[in-house]
Amino acid sequence: MKPQRILVLPENTDTDQIITAEYMKFDPTTEEGRASLGQRAFCGLPAGFPEVIDRATKQSHFQVILAGPNFGCGSSREHAPVAMGMAGIKVVIAPSFARIFYRNCIVSGEVLPLVAPELDIAAFQTGQTITIDREQFSAKVRGCDQPIVVEPFGSLANIVEAGGLFQFARQSGRIWTL
Amino acid sequence: MKPMTIAEKILAAKAGVDHVKPGEFHWCKVDRLFTHDPCAPGVLGVFEREFGPEAPVFDPDRFALIPDHFVFTTDPLANRNLDQMRAFAKAKGITLFFDPYSPNYKGVCHIALVEAGMVKPGELLVGTDSHTVTAGAFGCFAIGVGNTDAAYALGTGELLLKVPASIQVKVEGVLADGVGCKDVILFLLGQLGVSGATYQAIEFCGSTIEAMSAEDRMTLCNMTTEAGAKAGLMAPNQASLDYLAGWSGDFGPLIQADDAAVYSRVIEINAASLAPMVAKPYSPDNVVPVGDCVGQPVSQVYLGSCTGGKIEDFLAFAQIVQGKQVQVPTYAVPATTAVAEALIRHKIGGVSLHEILVDAGVRLSPYPGCGACCGGPVDTFGRVNEPVPVVSTTNRNFPGRMGHHRAEVYLASPATAAATALTGAITDPRNDSETKEPS
Repeated sequence: MKPQRILVLPENTDTDQIITAEYMKFDPTTEEGRASLGQRAFCGLPAGFPEVIDRATKQSHFQVILAGPNFGCGSSREHAPVAMGMAGIKVVIAPSFARIFYRNCIVSGEVLPLVAPELDIAAFQTGQTITIDREQFSAKVRGCDQPIVVEPFGSLANIVEAGGLFQFARQSGRIWTL
Repeated sequence: MKPMTIAEKILAAKAGVDHVKPGEFHWCKVDRLFTHDPCAPGVLGVFEREFGPEAPVFDPDRFALIPDHFVFTTDPLANRNLDQMRAFAKAKGITLFFDPYSPNYKGVCHIALVEAGMVKPGELLVGTDSHTVTAGAFGCFAIGVGNTDAAYALGTGELLLKVPASIQVKVEGVLADGVGCKDVILFLLGQLGVSGATYQAIEFCGSTIEAMSAEDRMTLCNMTTEAGAKAGLMAPNQASLDYLAGWSGDFGPLIQADDAAVYSRVIEINAASLAPMVAKPYSPDNVVPVGDCVGQPVSQVYLGSCTGGKIEDFLAFAQIVQGKQVQVPTYAVPATTAVAEALIRHKIGGVSLHEILVDAGVRLSPYPGCGACCGGPVDTFGRVNEPVPVVSTTNRNFPGRMGHHRAEVYLASPATAAATALTGAITDPRNDSETKEPS
């Protein structure tokens, strides 16, 4: 993967901060609804965080999130990974994730959630560039000597490789192809 | 037979195997499924995309469509979502659809599910809401999922699930006057933190849990998701079975944990030692005894939601405000239409709860729903639209949760919320000596 810019977020960043509940009125399965969600990714961050969405391009200034533990806690809304993916944020790296958010990322294939148990966000700054090596399960932030080591997906690897739950279920013959 | 927890026993039964252990993945049979209005377009959209618009649902009698979040609003997109639910219910013959503009309307999904006979001990209930765990109060393995998982279950009646380890929480003894179930769960959240139970089930037991009413047990299980839990579970007690029987008849064998079941952690709570608790902004685990924030001025009080808008929550609130006047704008929203009706039926000293609240100056909504708790459409009754401190009986206080980004939400029990409404500052409900027995 080519270098991408990182957004650093604190521990317990919840789904209300990713996309506030009022925008769950947008349908995450239509082109229009998905675009509306993407333009509002991280609209719930408190004051003090940098602008995430470029007003001109409607895309995120950042492509990768480095977060503290328990990223995506709170509501079960799948609108959160949809909003992130549509904004161009395709990877989140955190020491741990909230269960439903993690699962939503995997089964929808919208965002790749990478678990890096030793990640300490204090070592990084928003705007730095990162290169992710999925083969080696590691990532390197420019200017930082220590690589970020991420865990393999284990039992979920098949779903991740397939691109989502439905793709996996079709490939393994569990459901019929349309 | 190897010993198992309640969660392990239910998942083993649904996976069709004798034994499961934490960490294993199993395809499990989903007994019942629901979605609500904010997630219905996503669930139905994925379902139609993947299975085709003509595909049948796995079981039209075991799938509920429950509008409750963005209802009674003029927002056109929110109303379009309701239209989509109506059309799907009609096309697939789904009778468990509770249209807000019809006599079938119920209200907040987690309470409506019980009233609709969708909650049964020993079953696997799946819903597109993190507070689906509420049904664990009845020994049901109930979990929240996203749109994709729900759409998969809607088409196939099954779901790939990871077996969670279980944390055992033993609560023993009698709660002091003025201390309620909400204080127990807030205390536990303070102990566990917002990720202390991630990927795990919380299994409650002990004499306090045994003696608890069904609704109080629902309050406990409801907020286990605030610790990251996959499910909150209790072996049903007689009160919870009687409560279920009042709504729906039959249910299968009741499941208990084995004595030698293995838990990842055991937490013991002495109920008698608990004070009323408050979760300060901006996290449900930022918990202190009420004494630590007594006197904090508030601009608004909210009574409602799946965790704080049941009839017993209204009863606890009414006992404290009866014959007095609230000093700050106080909004109350019954969880369901059944709760709204019960407000007229239940009386304290011959006066209905409805009358007590209205006489005390509480702004009581006739329209059940949960839009204010999650900061729904801006015209939602009780939504926090100003950057002000609020005491609320709801379950989350992350930034912006109830509307305004800089609103400061303090989570508390209905009793603490009532005592606070009477003074305009956070108040210990145990200082109120004039609580009266319900008649």
